Amino acid sequence: MSEETGAGADADSDLDLEGLRRGTDLVKRGFARMQKGGVIMDVVTPEQARIAEDAGAVAVMALEAVPADIRKRGGVARMADPGQVREIVEEVSIPVMGKSRIGHRKEAEILEAVGVDMIDESEVLTPADDAYHIDKREFTAPFVCGARDLGEALRRIGEGAAMIRTKGEAGTGDVNQAVHHQRTIRGAIAELEGKSHEEREAYAREIEAPAELVHEASEMGRLPVVNFAAGGIATPADAALMMHHQCDGIFVGSGIFGAENPKAMADAIVRAVNSWDDPEALAEISAGLGKGMRGDANVDLPEEEKLQGRGV
Amino acid sequence: MTPTAGVVAVQGNVAEHVRAIERAGAANGVDVTVHEIRGSGTVPDCDLLALPGGESTTISRLIHEAGIAPEIRAHVEAGKPLLATCAGLIVASRDAADPRVETLDLLDVRVERNAFGRQRDSFEADLDVAGLDESFPAVFIRAPAIGEGETDGEGDGDAGGPETLARWDGRPVAVRQGPIVATAFHPELTGDPRLHALAFFES
Repeated sequence: MSEETGAGADADSDLDLEGLRRGTDLVKRGFARMQKGGVIMDVVTPEQARIAEDAGAVAVMALEAVPADIRKRGGVARMADPGQVREIVEEVSIPVMGKSRIGHRKEAEILEAVGVDMIDESEVLTPADDAYHIDKREFTAPFVCGARDLGEALRRIGEGAAMIRTKGEAGTGDVNQAVHHQRTIRGAIAELEGKSHEEREAYAREIEAPAELVHEASEMGRLPVVNFAAGGIATPADAALMMHHQCDGIFVGSGIFGAENPKAMADAIVRAVNSWDDPEALAEISAGLGKGMRGDANVDLPEEEKLQGRGV
Repeated sequence: MTPTAGVVAVQGNVAEHVRAIERAGAANGVDVTVHEIRGSGTVPDCDLLALPGGESTTISRLIHEAGIAPEIRAHVEAGKPLLATCAGLIVASRDAADPRVETLDLLDVRVERNAFGRQRDSFEADLDVAGLDESFPAVFIRAPAIGEGETDGEGDGDAGGPETLARWDGRPVAVRQGPIVATAFHPELTGDPRLHALAFFES
């Protein structure tokens, strides 16, 4: 297998090469683009990471516990042990992501130092700063952030996020909030069409988003960065539904390793994302997977137990 | 004639390749129809084919499962152009030095995955490419490199063996072999259509 080149010695010799630029927006957003059409899976151990890679995951998210367990356990949820993250980095050849608390710059720096390929500044962990997110432009590592609406999404992109995912409601196994957030973001972009320049400027003020990003989203007819689905996706059909709603790819949290047969579920969700518009293929893919994660319906969830309101 | 192009779209950076092919066609006065391919049955209708970047483990798995792999082989055996970029280069190669990737063995090179390091080592740079008058803005994302000694026929175009089109830090990062052009970097990310034109419209 190909050994990691390691940042050290090679990076130094690279720096002599003329015009080499690292950590630019193009390099960060480019990384996110390579994940499109793929499934990113939450994993807790190197063994789980290997199962995810073998099933065809495009990346894994290294965590201390899957969101459903974080939710059950309560208390303060923090970045995973860097030693544990490093073990996962060493186990697989696909990219490894890690979660930092919202506004916790030091956790993000530690994850970057460990070598994670993307940092998720995530509402699933307990926020460290109730006013500010991390200034993500200062990092070489690209970031992904959650959003419920266009204002949140564009604020995060303005702070330097290279990828946006729906917040959904993590750890519930109920897809309805992910659908709601994706519809809200796309609906707002659709409404921008036909608005004049000054109307878009006024709209930017209303949703508290950088005006230039409102213009960019309007011209592109979509978010200017890759837009994944996350939060409550538990089955191949859920993943296909989010692709139908024009997501670029899928994060699956507790849905895989909370299922009865994680290997079969992981494999099926990867195939469902490729065949999202083929009902017969989806019927075959979805059959005989065993029990999915149990889940908790969002409608029964008290407001104070929802994670999605963190970090707007 | 209106050529039909296909972009293998099981996973990865697909939409950008579609636009790059359209731009390259327009720059050469060719009106090209582009299909995104996620299942078998479409590749045989394509005159040109792009195998994009993404994750090589995922892409190799899905093209074999979906029955696209033998169609890509037949496309190249018929002498029709293929542009393979980054993960596409890995999948098209003879040997990815990694059992996790089932290669197509179309391009007679061994490649090293993640040869330049992890994402923190990813970079952009201006690259001199044989056949292009001015340097090309190349974006390397967890990029592979082609093994040393794999492209010894450099420049002389001998016997259809792979020839090096570009090197970075001494390592081959763009090659041509018969109808195949392959790059370790992402020519679709910057909007510069010259590499797609080189692969598809100028041979």
